[in-house]
Amino acid sequence: MNLKSLKEQIIEKTIFLCGVTSVLFVVLIFIFLAKEGFALFKTVHPADFLTGRRWYPISDPPQFGILPLILGSLYVTFGATLISVPIGVASAVYISEIASSRVREVLKSGIELLAAIPSVVLGFIGITTLVPFMRNALNLPTGLTAFSGSLMLAFMAMPTIVSIAEDAITAVPKKYKEAALALGATHWQAIWRVVLRAASSGIVAAIMLGIGRVIGETMAVMMVTGNASRMPTSLFLPVRTLTATVAAEMGETVQGSAHYHALFAIGIVLFVITFIINLIADWAVHRKSK
Amino acid sequence: MKTAVETQDLNLFYGDFQALKNINLRVKENSITALIGPSGCGKSTLLRTFNRMNDLIEGVRIEGRIVIEGENILAGGTDLVTLRKKVGMVFQRPNPFPLSIEENILFAPKIHKTAAKADHERIVEESLKSVLLWDNLKDKLGKNALNLTLEQQQRLCIARLLPVKPEILLMDEPCSALDPIATERIEELMRVLKEHYTILIVTHNMQQAARVSDDTGFMLLGELIEFASTGSIFTNPSDQRTNDYITGRFG
Repeated sequence: MNLKSLKEQIIEKTIFLCGVTSVLFVVLIFIFLAKEGFALFKTVHPADFLTGRRWYPISDPPQFGILPLILGSLYVTFGATLISVPIGVASAVYISEIASSRVREVLKSGIELLAAIPSVVLGFIGITTLVPFMRNALNLPTGLTAFSGSLMLAFMAMPTIVSIAEDAITAVPKKYKEAALALGATHWQAIWRVVLRAASSGIVAAIMLGIGRVIGETMAVMMVTGNASRMPTSLFLPVRTLTATVAAEMGETVQGSAHYHALFAIGIVLFVITFIINLIADWAVHRKSK
Repeated sequence: MKTAVETQDLNLFYGDFQALKNINLRVKENSITALIGPSGCGKSTLLRTFNRMNDLIEGVRIEGRIVIEGENILAGGTDLVTLRKKVGMVFQRPNPFPLSIEENILFAPKIHKTAAKADHERIVEESLKSVLLWDNLKDKLGKNALNLTLEQQQRLCIARLLPVKPEILLMDEPCSALDPIATERIEELMRVLKEHYTILIVTHNMQQAARVSDDTGFMLLGELIEFASTGSIFTNPSDQRTNDYITGRFG
């Protein structure tokens, strides 16, 4: 065997290893999560865990019902989606279809910059400005509410939604828009009825990835939502999310205790939720190519 | 015969580059007029001034007049929606919307709100019949238009124009993406459509111009060198450059 083909072989194997490593890590993480998380179900029934209304992990006897936490996450995510999707998609349309090339460059780098802000900084800004503002403006007992969390998270989902939706809209062939205009459509009709429909799968993917980002976010949401683990009844009350629970309590649990296993079980729930969201995004992207 | 389109001293500039030089031509109603010439001679640019599609390009400047039905469409207050309803366009590459066949045809009636919902079915049928697609497609109206053959797509693009009731059809090399058999069928369709529409076609296929058109204009480097009946252009051109081009000496 000559030296050249040996070199090729080594390079190929190395690249193969790198490729496999990332998959291997995902598998290992999942096995670890499952091993630690499923241990909880020896003492707590999965149905009680998912639908229990009380999360009192350190009382005696402890209660591990995560329904309020799931609902807390859903409330915050729902609110954030409601705010970030219309604004995000609208700015993607503006950037790709309406803005002049100079404005486009400025806006795009601005949005990338927004993505670069660490979430703890956003949370810090939220806690010092948004929270007191909400309390005063809406005359609430506290500004640490699900809605404050939604607002902060909307900021964090926006860059994902805008940049992916913008790519999808830009990728729509110009000939569709030309055809619509030649039929006497106005600029807006061409965008709404042709360009956006042609880009719809990419836009759905953008929204899903934005939601995935929101559900997994921890720091900012922990700082502004108040972290009260009770059943949420309104967007304007404190809530606690799944992620915030794990982050706040993991440091204080005894390794191997039921509480410790319960936090891992929350990890599994989060994993499943984000996995489903990614599946939907994936399905939306590939729906067209079939 | 009445005049459908008339240009008067038409000049067009892309920035500093002059793409059309002093064009004067008269297009007769219910006839097929072909514009021929080598690539880059400005024939597509000229065609796209008739429905103001050049407005989409940055840095375009147009001088002169284009008169359609007694109105100068280059004038400031021209309503582009009205103009483009009157002057339809078929593009070089078939460009149906990535929607169903039915939605493609109903696109214009819906945006212009010209038809009640009850009429939609009839409009789809009539339009597809006019381009001889109805028998093939009547059971697949909900299918995505991108699944059709290129010829069918181009026919659909023509059918899509008809509910707007245009008076003039602009065709920018409508057969260049099609095979010879499909080309022949589209040409046949053009002869049928001539009964109701004024057709302007850009082509660099001289045989096509000779086959379908009534009048032909030969363009070179932004100038309209010669404009006359197709018969006389191809048998007895008055300009040496026209003669050289149609005999294949350049182009």
